[in-house]
Amino acid sequence: MVKYKLENIDLWYRDFQALKNVSMDIKANQITAYIGPSGCGKSTLIKSMNRMNDLIEGCRITGKFLLDGEDIYGNIDVNLLRKKVGMVFQKPNPFPMSIYDNIAFGPRTHGIKSRYKLDYIVEKALQDAAIWDETKDRLKKSALSLSGGQQQRLCIARALAVEPDVLLMDEPTSALDPISTAKIEDLMSELRKKYTVVIVTHNMQQATRISDYTAFFLLGEMVEFGNTEKIFSMPKDKRTEDYITGRFG
Amino acid sequence: MKSILTFAKRKKPGDWARFLLVWAAGLITVAVLLYLVGFIMLKGIPHIKPSLFAFTYTPENQSLFPALVTTVLMVGLTLVISVPFGVFTAIYLVEYASRGSRLVRIIQTTTETLAGIPSIVYGLFGYIFFCDRLGWGKSILAGCFTLAIMVLPLIIRTTEESLKSIPDAYREGSFGLGAGRLRTVFRVILPSATPGIFAGVILSVGRIVGETAALLYTIGSVIKIPESLFSQGRTLALHVFSLANDGLYTNQAYATAVVLLAVVFAINLLAARIERKFINKL
Repeated sequence: MVKYKLENIDLWYRDFQALKNVSMDIKANQITAYIGPSGCGKSTLIKSMNRMNDLIEGCRITGKFLLDGEDIYGNIDVNLLRKKVGMVFQKPNPFPMSIYDNIAFGPRTHGIKSRYKLDYIVEKALQDAAIWDETKDRLKKSALSLSGGQQQRLCIARALAVEPDVLLMDEPTSALDPISTAKIEDLMSELRKKYTVVIVTHNMQQATRISDYTAFFLLGEMVEFGNTEKIFSMPKDKRTEDYITGRFG
Repeated sequence: MKSILTFAKRKKPGDWARFLLVWAAGLITVAVLLYLVGFIMLKGIPHIKPSLFAFTYTPENQSLFPALVTTVLMVGLTLVISVPFGVFTAIYLVEYASRGSRLVRIIQTTTETLAGIPSIVYGLFGYIFFCDRLGWGKSILAGCFTLAIMVLPLIIRTTEESLKSIPDAYREGSFGLGAGRLRTVFRVILPSATPGIFAGVILSVGRIVGETAALLYTIGSVIKIPESLFSQGRTLALHVFSLANDGLYTNQAYATAVVLLAVVFAINLLAARIERKFINKL
């Protein structure tokens, strides 16, 4: 089933064209990885999938982003879109408040006030992000007291707490040590059962380990998109082959 | 081959001179402050008597109590006027307006200009506008508004800096969860920016407590506990100025100055406390 359909996306930052005619179908309950060298447009694309680039001045987009058939750049409520399409960022960015309040921030934003419900959501989200055991005794402590890896899982929990359909992850492990990275990768295969996941990664091993589909980007162009195994074993395009065999990038 | 450590240890000619210069600068600063405070203490403390804190001022007993009350009132009221204006202006500049737009530049130039105006000019403006044009007469209210305009640039500036220092990652995180701008600003950004904003408010309190020129023509010189916003009054700083100016009560002027110093010191101490509490909470 196609969850998110991108049609002929062109994107400019003022005069610079960052994405050139990108089209792809993102399947539900699968992990799709975006790979490519720095500046290839993969982060730009993932940011435009929940309109985080609205915040960037001079950013202009044409083409269609159809989420469940609905154009997200059409007449929609951006805040509801971002509730439906959650995001985890490159650097862990917990808010300077307690662990509990971090997780409850999203649900509270969307109108949940009952203490009982919030308690339930917080516990569930922390469990789903595999950090409940480490945090259950210190929910009232500042989120900034956690380690980097824990903070990132907290941010994943925070994103899950608003019950999104799609989870966008922009290089979520690039700032973490190998053990934390492994934990988050384990977590991702669990997440796939409930969510559609799109992840940007610089690490090709990571893409092969966790993703079902891979898209390779170069200079704003989507060079190749398909089954991860196929892309890494039999790339169709010479440029993809050069990149994954490490000839450039 | 020489190791890096030996390189680091080697002294350059002129090092001692730089060292001396830096130390001398620090020492002179502290010495001047200590001399000033010491001088006022020595002259003032012997003349602090319980009668100075009597409820009313009479020609026989130059009580500073009415001025103390007026000062506290002035600080409170001025902040009530200026802090919301200043903080909201800064929020607009940093969080809402598109960065570098013309309106932003106009507001910034205006506040910077305001910050550079001598306080006596504020006093004259306050007299012409609040006392005369608006018909408030010389009053606590006119004084507060004058001071509010005076400290506004300071509050805007410090709040702006404080908001700018909040990493964009917080904003992204909040927007990414579907929170709107209002919620992001009030629930995520402002709480983190509070210590910085607070520092600006404290600086403002310092200026309000110490100000004389801007109040000279705006709040009058009656030495009574004010009965209403339209009463005249006299703050501690003005009181010191008047006592010293009259030349009759120099000793009482010094004693009042000691109390003024103590008030300023107490405010700073309290501020540091509250600030630490805020930071611990984060």
